[in-house]
Amino acid sequence: MSANHDGANLLEVRGLTKIFGTLTACDHVDLNIAKGEIHALLGENGAGKSTLVKMLFGSLEANSGEIFWNGQAVRITSPGVAKKLGIGMVFQHFSLFEALTAAENIALSLDDGSPISSIAAKARALSYSYGLPLDPESLVGDLSVGERQRIEIIRCLLQTPQLIILDEPTSVLTPQEADKLFETLERLRAEGKSILYISHRLEEVKRICDRATVLRHGKVVGHCNPREETAGSLARMMVGSEVQAVVRAPVEGIETARPLLEIRGLDRKPATPFSIPLKNISLNVRAGEVIGIAGVAGNGQGEFFESVSGEVLQQDGASVRIRGKDAGGLTITGRRLLGAAFVPEERLGHGAAPRMKLSENLLLSRHATDGKAFVGTGGMVKSGAVYAASQRIIEAMDVRKSAPDPEAAALSGGNLQKFIVGRELDRRPSVMVVNQPTWGVDAGAAAHIRQALIELSRSGSAVLVISQDLDELFEISDAIAVMHNGELSRPMPIAEATFEKVGLLMGGAEPGHAEHTLETA
Amino acid sequence: MDITVNILLTIATAATPLLIAAIGELVVERSGVLNLGVEGMMIMGAVGGFGAGHLTGSPWIGLLAAIAMGALFSLLFAVMTLSLATNQVATGLSLTLLGLGLSGMIGTSFVGQPGVRLPNLDIPVLTDIPVIGKLLFGQDPIFYISIALTSAVMWFLFKTRTGLTLRSIGDSHTSAHALGIKVIRYRYLAVIFGGACAGLAGGHLSLVYTPQWVENMSAGRGWIALALVVFASWRPWRVLAGAYIFGAVWIGQLHAQAFGIPVPSQMLSSLPYLATVVVLVLISRNKRLTMMNTPASLGQPFVPDR
Repeated sequence: MSANHDGANLLEVRGLTKIFGTLTACDHVDLNIAKGEIHALLGENGAGKSTLVKMLFGSLEANSGEIFWNGQAVRITSPGVAKKLGIGMVFQHFSLFEALTAAENIALSLDDGSPISSIAAKARALSYSYGLPLDPESLVGDLSVGERQRIEIIRCLLQTPQLIILDEPTSVLTPQEADKLFETLERLRAEGKSILYISHRLEEVKRICDRATVLRHGKVVGHCNPREETAGSLARMMVGSEVQAVVRAPVEGIETARPLLEIRGLDRKPATPFSIPLKNISLNVRAGEVIGIAGVAGNGQGEFFESVSGEVLQQDGASVRIRGKDAGGLTITGRRLLGAAFVPEERLGHGAAPRMKLSENLLLSRHATDGKAFVGTGGMVKSGAVYAASQRIIEAMDVRKSAPDPEAAALSGGNLQKFIVGRELDRRPSVMVVNQPTWGVDAGAAAHIRQALIELSRSGSAVLVISQDLDELFEISDAIAVMHNGELSRPMPIAEATFEKVGLLMGGAEPGHAEHTLETA
Repeated sequence: MDITVNILLTIATAATPLLIAAIGELVVERSGVLNLGVEGMMIMGAVGGFGAGHLTGSPWIGLLAAIAMGALFSLLFAVMTLSLATNQVATGLSLTLLGLGLSGMIGTSFVGQPGVRLPNLDIPVLTDIPVIGKLLFGQDPIFYISIALTSAVMWFLFKTRTGLTLRSIGDSHTSAHALGIKVIRYRYLAVIFGGACAGLAGGHLSLVYTPQWVENMSAGRGWIALALVVFASWRPWRVLAGAYIFGAVWIGQLHAQAFGIPVPSQMLSSLPYLATVVVLVLISRNKRLTMMNTPASLGQPFVPDR
């Protein structure tokens, strides 16, 4: 630890350790945060970042270690204690109540007995002064993810904290919304507040953070000034080795290629009051190309995936066509039999049955399409063939596991995702639809999955990727369309797409308007 | 005229235990806990109330005993589901079975014994006003408690900070925990409140409705109360409406049977259930409002990660 910061440190953490069963999530972590700095906490998924901040906020209790606040040793036994000290937190997975209004949500985290009407007025004033407009009377269930985050931030600021912890705040924001957030953070720093900023997005860490602490496997592996590092050197510190870059060879003559997945005028009414209706979505995905669908979470991507995969059937059979055949009225199995494959967003419980073995999960999704290979006469399962196929996938996708054929839930998120994607790739599907292929997956595994998707398309398949990670979409897509409020923009060829254009569409700029600027540009 | 007043009075008497038990369960469910043991807590309240009243001769002591019995019995449920995180459905069902059996055993010596009845309110002059006097100022004390309780719960849930906190726990116990709200403590208090209400409702049966002890005298009222809460989409005034609709149709069909209307009696007996469900489904057609009021974490065990 650099000595020159001592004395001015707002928070000092020494040897903080947290053990879950056999896993040491945080192993003697040291951390110093000075007054008025934005301090980055870097690390891959599972490196222990969230565990560390939960201990700082009192949601988890450390097994050992010390915390000093303004030089005084403190024990943070509950979030209430943290709030009294002056520590505020903006959670990664929002800790909001959907059935309550914004003002009620804010009131719940304030301990003073002030009435909700006065809290609403205060929240409104504060939100406008920071340029984060907010209607306190609105119901959280109706708000976009960006708006929800504003509530979290306003709620945190109303407690006038000295230290604000932000856990992956930009993962759900459009680039423009993120810019707005950075302005707010810089203003807070100017007011003398300290910020602990958790992220795995290296560019933004380089942009706004003064210092960084890097965690790997629960241990602090380094400190640095992010401004003096490159994204590559920061990634090396996080991962511990080089991350292979994804290669995407350009495709030619794609205009004349046959569309394998056609979506024509797809409409869907909202199933629940909080879900998004789909409005007249049309899209062609041709053989040999990867099309990416960008969008802020909760703009209809989930509903769209359900409609395309056949979890929800369409009235109009021609609204989804796979390899030239009407598939709108077919179930998932029917669509799979036409040569399509689907990977849903949720790994456990949707993509895989958690308490079943990998080989059993393989059989569950492919018993119909690979009936001859896996199921014998009289419906008996050929377990040998299923096992061999699952081992083939495990090897092809480099799935790391602790047993030959473990339960799905026993794998780490990234490894399970590799298996689920591999399970579909193994069929060589001619149409592949993936929702959030690398969400919560570490950098190495993510690169592997992305490369595999590109290679599938180059071998003549149509690949459709829905993702909230713009970096990912720019890395793998040949064209990017944007989903906003249940509507899909026209796909933009990757050569013309920029973060700014896509970001504007994500924020709800009219698709026609953006196309116009494209043409004039 | 007198007949009408008498019918209205019997409707109130039939509706009161349902209302009290349902309002208690509403608070429990708003905190995210599903206690299917209402029937069991109710019958324990009934036997406790009758026993204490019979032994001491004071119906008021009986009333307190009924409340205490219900609360004590719900504490058992709370320890199991909240501290030991057992399955709420299974625990609630076994609470009902246990209550029915245990009350029968406790009550063997009470069968056929004379009970004590809580006196009706009697205010000189006021109670003697024709028609409304009896309705407004001449009913049993528990009737007034039930109305006060409903208003108080309504005010508590939607106008106070503590009520907001309780609702937030029902919506998402993980979010509430992350904010530092003591989820388990709130739920304990809610469950005990629900138990006390169920006990009071049972006390109404054995101290007002039919002041004697009969095995299984709750006769499924606990289940009706549970259903009322759901069909009323967790809103207190709808619970009140539902309880009174049920009470009205119940009394109505009894009179219809007495008049010998040529409709099978089974059909008439099923009417209250049918009518209540139809009316409550009709008033909760607004899906959005129902979603907003449904406690999203209902029935899920909560184990804080520490």
